[in-house]
Amino acid sequence: MKIALFIPCYINALYPQVGIAAYQLLHSLGIQAEYPEDQTCCGQPMANAGFEEDARPLAERMNRLFNHYDYVVAPSASCVSFVRESYPKLLHHSTHGCFDSRLYEICEFIHDIIRPRELDACFPHRVSLHNSCHGVRKLHLSTPSELNLPYHSKLRNLLKLVSGLELAEPRRRDECCGFGGMFSVEESAVSVQMGRDRIQDHLSTGSEFITGADSSCLMHMQGIIDREKLPIRTIHIIEILNSRP
Amino acid sequence: MSTHSKAARLFIADAERTAWHNQALYLLREKRDAMARSVPEWESLRHAASEIKRHTLGHLGAYLEEFERNATANGMTVHWAEDAQEMNETVWSIIRRHGGENLVKSKSMLSEECGLSEYLQARGVDSVESDLGERIMQFLQSPPSHIVMPAIHIKREEVGRIFEEKLHSTPGNSDPAYLTRVARQHLREKFLHADIALTGVNFAIASSGSFVVCTNEGNADMGTSFPDIHIAIMGLEKVIPDYRALGIFTRLLARSATGQPITAYTSIYRRPAPGKQIHVIIVDNGRTETLANEAHRNMLKCLRCGACMNTCPVYRRSGGYSYSYFIPGPLGINLGMLRSAKRYSGNVSACSLCYSCSNVCPAMIDLGEQIYAWRQDLDKEGLADFRKKALVKGMDILMRRPEFFYNGIRFARILPPFLMNLPVNPWCQGRNMPRFAPKTFNELWKSGKIDIHPNDQ
Repeated sequence: MKIALFIPCYINALYPQVGIAAYQLLHSLGIQAEYPEDQTCCGQPMANAGFEEDARPLAERMNRLFNHYDYVVAPSASCVSFVRESYPKLLHHSTHGCFDSRLYEICEFIHDIIRPRELDACFPHRVSLHNSCHGVRKLHLSTPSELNLPYHSKLRNLLKLVSGLELAEPRRRDECCGFGGMFSVEESAVSVQMGRDRIQDHLSTGSEFITGADSSCLMHMQGIIDREKLPIRTIHIIEILNSRP
Repeated sequence: MSTHSKAARLFIADAERTAWHNQALYLLREKRDAMARSVPEWESLRHAASEIKRHTLGHLGAYLEEFERNATANGMTVHWAEDAQEMNETVWSIIRRHGGENLVKSKSMLSEECGLSEYLQARGVDSVESDLGERIMQFLQSPPSHIVMPAIHIKREEVGRIFEEKLHSTPGNSDPAYLTRVARQHLREKFLHADIALTGVNFAIASSGSFVVCTNEGNADMGTSFPDIHIAIMGLEKVIPDYRALGIFTRLLARSATGQPITAYTSIYRRPAPGKQIHVIIVDNGRTETLANEAHRNMLKCLRCGACMNTCPVYRRSGGYSYSYFIPGPLGINLGMLRSAKRYSGNVSACSLCYSCSNVCPAMIDLGEQIYAWRQDLDKEGLADFRKKALVKGMDILMRRPEFFYNGIRFARILPPFLMNLPVNPWCQGRNMPRFAPKTFNELWKSGKIDIHPNDQ
């Protein structure tokens, strides 16, 4: 079984520790992941801004890198949902097929495919869970608050396996933090206001950390936290799941 | 910067009002959630509603003709209007034939769409809005900022002041019960002396030739009770097959809109009372074009409940007037683009693609997905923002060649932080830039620096 790590561009450049945690966590679960070298971007920023066609060469490149793996795993819900939704369309002419159906967000992969009963993880802190939009509404990592469906959360289930961790959720369980790719700069006033409100909601849980499956949301919120010197920090969920006693 | 972005910035400058607007509308979202959860089959209802609409739109001509046949047999007069002008002219010709200059109308988004009130005013007809929120907005000479709660952005103190000026209420008294009583007395006079009633239509039932008007204030019922003439205007997508279908929609409408089990008044008009007339005007005004537009046809499923606005995190923080189309929020972004991409493309940026709107929509319209689709059309139409386009093209060049990307990061890493945090960078308006890591994951991997966890060795 060949498993590849897809490390999105901004995680590669800004948060390599998230990639490292992903590699280590998979290893501790018995999986030797490979990293196809020289990965760049999946094309989501261009497409969300209205230039989906410009994502096509990137989609072709990604498909060449990943198409021969049995599973591709990525620590970013948003990039995963983009590949799943748009690549079949962008690569419809491809005679080699597309890896979209073998791509998993890493928590989804661990929760649904590996299904560990326990983790050797310890994170003795109060943590507020950020349910990111694409993780919730596109990948169903947790039940969207709008739908009248029985509540489940893959992220919660995994965090429950971490010893010492006290889990909280903001009052507005899955409201958007306002990142939204190009939205964050094109509509910066609204974007920052949404981010501020989101952080306040997380802060009111009395948590030391905000965690989630999307580094992009966390990056946006951390930018505001740094600017306003707020007493909370962001951390990717994989870093928590990979924290040891 | 888009038109929405500029206008939103002004709205947000008033932090207190923004917080209040956000909270007031989110409260409606929460009431909607509670109501949705009280109906175990909620998601199946949404599914049924969406499918009934799909079916009806697929046989629209047949259902509209069935409605016309049955309505005519019931004694109503059915008119057809191709566009706003024809609708307005039809209303005017009915009024002229009948005589009278006092018109009471209940809330209708179609009349806003067609500019009916202004049209009638220019011809000497006093068209009085009888929905309280609409009446407040009419006094303020402003359009509604929300399709269900037109004056949601107005505080009661402001209502007190405008009533003082227009209705001579007690100065300084903004007690809601008092203001409601003042409005009631004022509107009662208007109802009693009305010559013509005008309403919108929530649902037109093909099998019975009747139509349904939903209000919470009973103003449509009051308005249609006195005059001899009732003119009902409807977009042609309002037709549904039968009463069984109506049962699905009435269960969804008010729960989605305001978190009530049903609107306080759900009135079915079937035939005119003896000596009276009911005229129904079926209006196209671009709807058949939408029907032919495969990517956006679903917009015709809309019930106009406003749930997508209440949940939209952008709308809640930017207010109805930040959108250049008269309908705001996810619904307005889409309908505006269908009306004229050229005029209303400045709203397409007002979406973080959170997709909450698609999840609350009682007809399961893919509102967020359609906004994404509109964005893909902007460049072809020559409507893309040139800075955004330059940014995307630049990024694209960088990302196609890994050596460009990784060298770019090396270069960015040595830039002094103050340069990255200059205020011209829109990211930095309220946020600090993230810092580049000393080594990328790619570099660490290539140099063999990525190892398993020390505990696992």
